[in-house]
Amino acid sequence: MAQEKETVPSSLITLTVGLLVAGISVWYGQNNGLLPEQISKQAPLVDNLFDLMVTIGTALFLLVEGAIVFALIKFRRRKGDETDSPHIKGNFPLEVFWTAIPAFIVIGLGIYSVQLYSEMGGFDNVKKAVASNPAESIVELASASRSDINPLLLAQGNSIINRYGIGGNPDTAKTLPDLEVNVKGIQYAWLFNYPDSGITAGELHIPVNEDIKLNIEAEDVIHSFWLPQFRIKQDAIPGETTQLRFTATETGTYPVVCAELCGAYHGAMRTNIVIHTQEEYAQWVEDNKIARSPDFEQTVAATSQPVDDGEFMKPYVKDLGIDAESLKALQ
Amino acid sequence: MAQADLTMDHSLERNGKHPEKWNWYHYFWYNTDHKVIGIQYLVTSFAFYLIAGVMALFMRAELYTPDSDLLDPNMYNALLTNHGTMMIFFWIVPAAIGGFGNYLVPLMIGAKDMAFPNLNAIAFWLNPPAGALLIASLFFGGAQSGWTAYPPLSLVTNNIGQSFWILSIVLVGTSSILGSVNFLITIFKLKTPNMTWDELPLFCWAMIATSILALFSTPVLAIGLVLLLFDINFGTGFFRPEMGGSVVVYQHLFWFYSHPAVYLMILPIFGIMSEIVTTHARKPIFGYKAIAYSSLAICIVGLFVWVHHMFTSGTPAWMRMFFTISTLIVAVPTGVKIFSWVATLWGGKIRFTTPLLFAVGLLAMFVFGGLSGVTLGTAPFDIHVHDTYYVVAHFHYVLFGGSVFGIYAAVYHWFPKITGRMYNETWGRIHFVLTFIGTNLTFLPMHQLGMQGMPRRIAMYDAQFEALNQICTYGSMLLGFSVLPFLINMIWCWAKGKPAGRNPWHSLTLEWQTTSPPAIENFDEEPIIWAGPYDYGIDTQSLETEATVEEMLEEVGQEVR
Repeated sequence: MAQEKETVPSSLITLTVGLLVAGISVWYGQNNGLLPEQISKQAPLVDNLFDLMVTIGTALFLLVEGAIVFALIKFRRRKGDETDSPHIKGNFPLEVFWTAIPAFIVIGLGIYSVQLYSEMGGFDNVKKAVASNPAESIVELASASRSDINPLLLAQGNSIINRYGIGGNPDTAKTLPDLEVNVKGIQYAWLFNYPDSGITAGELHIPVNEDIKLNIEAEDVIHSFWLPQFRIKQDAIPGETTQLRFTATETGTYPVVCAELCGAYHGAMRTNIVIHTQEEYAQWVEDNKIARSPDFEQTVAATSQPVDDGEFMKPYVKDLGIDAESLKALQ
Repeated sequence: MAQADLTMDHSLERNGKHPEKWNWYHYFWYNTDHKVIGIQYLVTSFAFYLIAGVMALFMRAELYTPDSDLLDPNMYNALLTNHGTMMIFFWIVPAAIGGFGNYLVPLMIGAKDMAFPNLNAIAFWLNPPAGALLIASLFFGGAQSGWTAYPPLSLVTNNIGQSFWILSIVLVGTSSILGSVNFLITIFKLKTPNMTWDELPLFCWAMIATSILALFSTPVLAIGLVLLLFDINFGTGFFRPEMGGSVVVYQHLFWFYSHPAVYLMILPIFGIMSEIVTTHARKPIFGYKAIAYSSLAICIVGLFVWVHHMFTSGTPAWMRMFFTISTLIVAVPTGVKIFSWVATLWGGKIRFTTPLLFAVGLLAMFVFGGLSGVTLGTAPFDIHVHDTYYVVAHFHYVLFGGSVFGIYAAVYHWFPKITGRMYNETWGRIHFVLTFIGTNLTFLPMHQLGMQGMPRRIAMYDAQFEALNQICTYGSMLLGFSVLPFLINMIWCWAKGKPAGRNPWHSLTLEWQTTSPPAIENFDEEPIIWAGPYDYGIDTQSLETEATVEEMLEEVGQEVR
């Protein structure tokens, strides 16, 4: 190859190709537009990791595919040439190079992932804070607690501290979440119970910019609680309460999706998360406390048909065998 | 040596009498010839590929619109479960390992047959009853809990179908274990004595790695499934939380096999790649040892990555982090293989035969599937896209764009050897173009669907995803259509193709040194290894420059001394 390219120095070609690939990769990494809106504090973190991987991936993709296409064109068999190619069996330094570079990249990605996962709250530092220095933590937590939740419970295991899921990150772990919601997955709906106000709803209503913790459980089969715009997901597992802790950064209505196959109408198991301003949220709590009349069945009936997805679920309600009684049994 | 041959021939005459040449009906009955068994595996698995492919077409038709309007949702779940099950356990695994493994390994190492021919035949004949059980399950509504069969869903949904499904999978699992033992012993014991380990064809190295992996992991799947069967039918509670069982334990048992199963489906294909790329580029494989050892590295690391399928399940943080890092490490040996194949193409004299086209198509798509695999390996990002269409896109790029393309490449490459006739090159190229476009059209848009919020395994979806889903459906129609030129080409040319001769590709591996199709015991006399399996270019080089001849003579002289 070298002798044919003598008019243009090969180092110049390499430089140009390198710059071009780098430019395209960085641009595409930043502007791929593949992920939806970012509504939680975790979302930008995850997206940064994804964008970095897209940048590296695009560069590798362009180089390898480019090499393949170039080789196919340049090294095609010419007509009438029945001979073999030169007897080259390998190049040890080159092989070391292409083993070492990916190794460095993946180790770097691994370290970054661990750090990022910690920032997302994956290590649930609440447990750590309590375990390492119980007395101090409890004082700290107690001073931070704003509601009637007993901070001592926090140190007492599974009822509030869940073993699996996304919990408090090193910052948020120091304080109790502003709002806890108990989430229950049933075939094929999500039920949201607010322990502090006693509300049960079919949609998740939360205030913006507050630290929310979901305690997720499953009634029948495994479900998976996914908030695509929040970039977080956690399976709801029968017999085990899991958690998701997050802070919404924008108001609006976004989908809640079940991501684990849970039966025939798995695809219809969707509802909404509605993020209010603090005032709106307080109003919503008031309204629903009033609505929570002794006539329990009516409230529950309303929850089985979430406002937006009601149309969607309607054709299936009969098939699902959901009636007031079966719902009552769940409570 | 001649003495040994003579005694062997005598014993064969005594014990295993066989005709000069197999008749057509020999292929439909119990037969211990590894070549017959290989063909039996290939043909039966291809039938399952067609059935499972039709299932996929029905699912794509259902997904053409957001509403569930074509199929009953239970039916949809039965289709998605059995599509995955058949494609994995009844198409890719038996075609790649059972089919090409059986056909090629003894030929490539210069053996007369596998080490245990009867065990080999038994392993194959476990497949038809397993297939019959799976098909029988469909008449009872089919298993509907996905190919993963996670409890409690698998415990509460269609118990009869699910039980049949479990029995079917346990049978093919047994077949896989028997086959693996046979491959390992065949390669270690029956390799022709004058073939050194670094002259072993890379396909055989891949089969060693595959067999070790299957031996370690398959029993664990069997354990999980048998416990599940007991939970369904005999009132036990291993996976019933209300009885003190744990649903997450099943997931560990399942994925301890089923992640390595991914490598079971791709390692033999990697072996096939190495054979095809070097033959059709007329160039020695680049970095033989790196490719051979990277198969073993993938095999070992591949046993310790299974939890990356469970990042959103009941797994603690340390586990999610450990398996993030181990998963990322698999990318390194895989990358070594990919770079080595590109380097093999580089500087070659590439012949654009159909096998090479499929091999290069595989390379191109596997690079993409591998990169999306790295993104899935990192827990923070995987938590977002786990169980979405992003995963569906990823594994179809590596399993369809990877494994199925590899099987197609292998079918075209060894068609002249297996049948003794040439396939039609034009139809082969048409098949490649249709399949390549169809694959990308079907599976590329799925990445975006998943990231935007569409979960997998759903019959009804949010209307905002309709346009992309329709593109996928059109792509799948093209893919369905693309099988036709393949079928016509194969059937027509098997009956009426041009005779291919002994070695149409001028390949150096041993299977090409015997007749096409090979005689019943492969080689008339013990084959002599006169060159490495990939030593292309030695002859031409020596013709071009005299100095090289002298150098070579000198080298030979030194070796003799």
